[in-house]
Amino acid sequence: MATATAEPRSLPATEGDGHKHKKNALSDGQGRLAWILLAPTLIIIAVVAGIPVILSFWESLHQTNEGVDPTTGLVAGGDKFVGLQNFTNIFAGANPVTGSFGTMDRFWNAFFNTTFITIVCVLLETVIGVAMALIMAKAFRGRGIVRAGILVPWAIPTIVSALMWKLIFDSSGVMNRILGREILWLADTGASFWAIVIADTWKTAPFIGLLTLAGLQTIPAECYEAAKVDGATTWQQFVRITLPMVKPALVVAVLFRTLDTLRMFDLPYGMIGPGKYRVETLSVFAYQEAAQTRYGPAAAYAIVLFVYVLLVAFIFVRVLGAEVIGDADVQKKKKKKKGGPPSDEAMQETMIGEAIGGAH
Amino acid sequence: MSTTTEVHEEHLSQEEIEKLAHPKQPLNRRIGVVLSYVGMALIVLYCIIPFYWMIVSSLRLPTEGQSTEFIPSPASIDNYKGVFSAQNNFGRSLINSVIVAGTTTILVLLFGIIGAYALARLRFRGKGAVLWLIMACSMFPLVVLLPPLLKMFSSTAPFTWFPYWINTYQSVILPGLSFGLPLAVWTLTAFFKQLPVELEQAAMVDGCTPGVAFRKVILPLAAPGVLTTAIIVFIGAWNEFLLALTFLQDKNRQTATVAISKFTGSTGFDTPYGTIMAAGVVVTVPLLLAVLIFQRRIVAGLTAGGVK
Repeated sequence: MATATAEPRSLPATEGDGHKHKKNALSDGQGRLAWILLAPTLIIIAVVAGIPVILSFWESLHQTNEGVDPTTGLVAGGDKFVGLQNFTNIFAGANPVTGSFGTMDRFWNAFFNTTFITIVCVLLETVIGVAMALIMAKAFRGRGIVRAGILVPWAIPTIVSALMWKLIFDSSGVMNRILGREILWLADTGASFWAIVIADTWKTAPFIGLLTLAGLQTIPAECYEAAKVDGATTWQQFVRITLPMVKPALVVAVLFRTLDTLRMFDLPYGMIGPGKYRVETLSVFAYQEAAQTRYGPAAAYAIVLFVYVLLVAFIFVRVLGAEVIGDADVQKKKKKKKGGPPSDEAMQETMIGEAIGGAH
Repeated sequence: MSTTTEVHEEHLSQEEIEKLAHPKQPLNRRIGVVLSYVGMALIVLYCIIPFYWMIVSSLRLPTEGQSTEFIPSPASIDNYKGVFSAQNNFGRSLINSVIVAGTTTILVLLFGIIGAYALARLRFRGKGAVLWLIMACSMFPLVVLLPPLLKMFSSTAPFTWFPYWINTYQSVILPGLSFGLPLAVWTLTAFFKQLPVELEQAAMVDGCTPGVAFRKVILPLAAPGVLTTAIIVFIGAWNEFLLALTFLQDKNRQTATVAISKFTGSTGFDTPYGTIMAAGVVVTVPLLLAVLIFQRRIVAGLTAGGVK
């Protein structure tokens, strides 16, 4: 996508939108006007996100001085530059803890927790969310009630939902009463992992359902009618029509959920508590380190998480073809560059547009 | 017309007329309808039941916080009294939350609207890069900001020149823009794109400058979209926890989400579940009301932005 910037300024006129071209006030000098309008947004993003990220990287190359300075005999203060030591320490295994995956360095424990919680949660959420969307798409009446219901988990603050599930999963709580068992969900056991998964899935599966429903509603009924005429079974219709047509919307939904779950903080912190190694995610670990003024390592772990998130996003966009941008101008350029036939990205654009229009 | 039908009916027996009047659906179709209603009921139950448990638990006596009865007996609003007792000072936290979330929303809309308009309407070199930048900004982990900002806001070396910002609203509002602004730009861009470009063109033919066309034509039409975006951003800022937990340590400056997580309760030394649940209900109910009133628009906004 970065290649788009290198494209020449003048766009080749495409059929149909020639009237938008050059000769009218809307397109003349658009570049400068656009940058003026975007300047406040870009400056704010640079100040509140860009600069701190750079500072965070700088921070990750430092450690706080500890103990007594041998030359002066005074308590040492300030920072010292340690290069990549905060990163290499990750591999040194200096801080072993025992979590769900055996004994390993606290960083790797948090890393695997984050990864596995994300994989399990997103898989469950996708399955439940798609099922919800299919049910809602079939509905004739009462869609409003379902939609209102589905927004309840979305609107509840995550920390409140964490405390709510904490009560439900209490050792003498209602979950154990229903199950008739005495499971210690909150005591940093293997069950804690599942408690987190259940709480997260509850809150966000409806979100995937909503986005998928928007995709489903754009599939023309003719497709199914034609399939029926050709004798396709319900399952064949689902696999051959529904899934491919809903894929663009679904992939974007899954991408957002994945990135969001990778940085999960509120739920393990509020429900199980900090310093619980079975459910400690990278965000919780980095927060803990920063709160204990070990800024260098905290920044290093946060940076690793950042890179991890970027990597996952990149894989989604490249391998699964997640079309997150959905801008016609940008895609036109891209298509021209590829020289391929009109791809499904353009369709995604119109589909999302229609979904919004239809939902009004 | 009516005569033809009458002619038709003469050829039909009474039974056949009955049949036509009440067309019998194929069995599997009927089952499908029933199943879809069952499925919808299941979805609603899935979404509501845990929340129901929160409400029920908040209506018990404070001493029965962990009771597992499905209906509170006796019902009591003591937990709600506890929430607003002097000890918890929850009213103050709610005001703090309104200030933080409100300011964030206003700032974000102020800058987001014009940025989104440029992205939706204008063609310029580097648009792809800007879109990706904003996208990337909405996906990066907030925890990355913590180490440098914590140092900066607490005036620790080498940031001794920086004012002491711990326990100030701006320490949460400004970093909060990093997720609020991309969210707003993203959602608003989608809304602006839905308005036909001919609107501005017509206005400009009539002699408006692009700026006037935007203010007098587009902005009023986009008002519903702006309102939706405002709600989504407000809910996001209201629910924010990590920044507030880190930078707001003074009890009088805490936002509601942080206050709930640190409740000591009105009675006892055990986790005061009843009070926590009551506070949770208090924090959530305004959001739920907004969501129920504007549900159609919010769903449209969420699908447009595709962002949490």
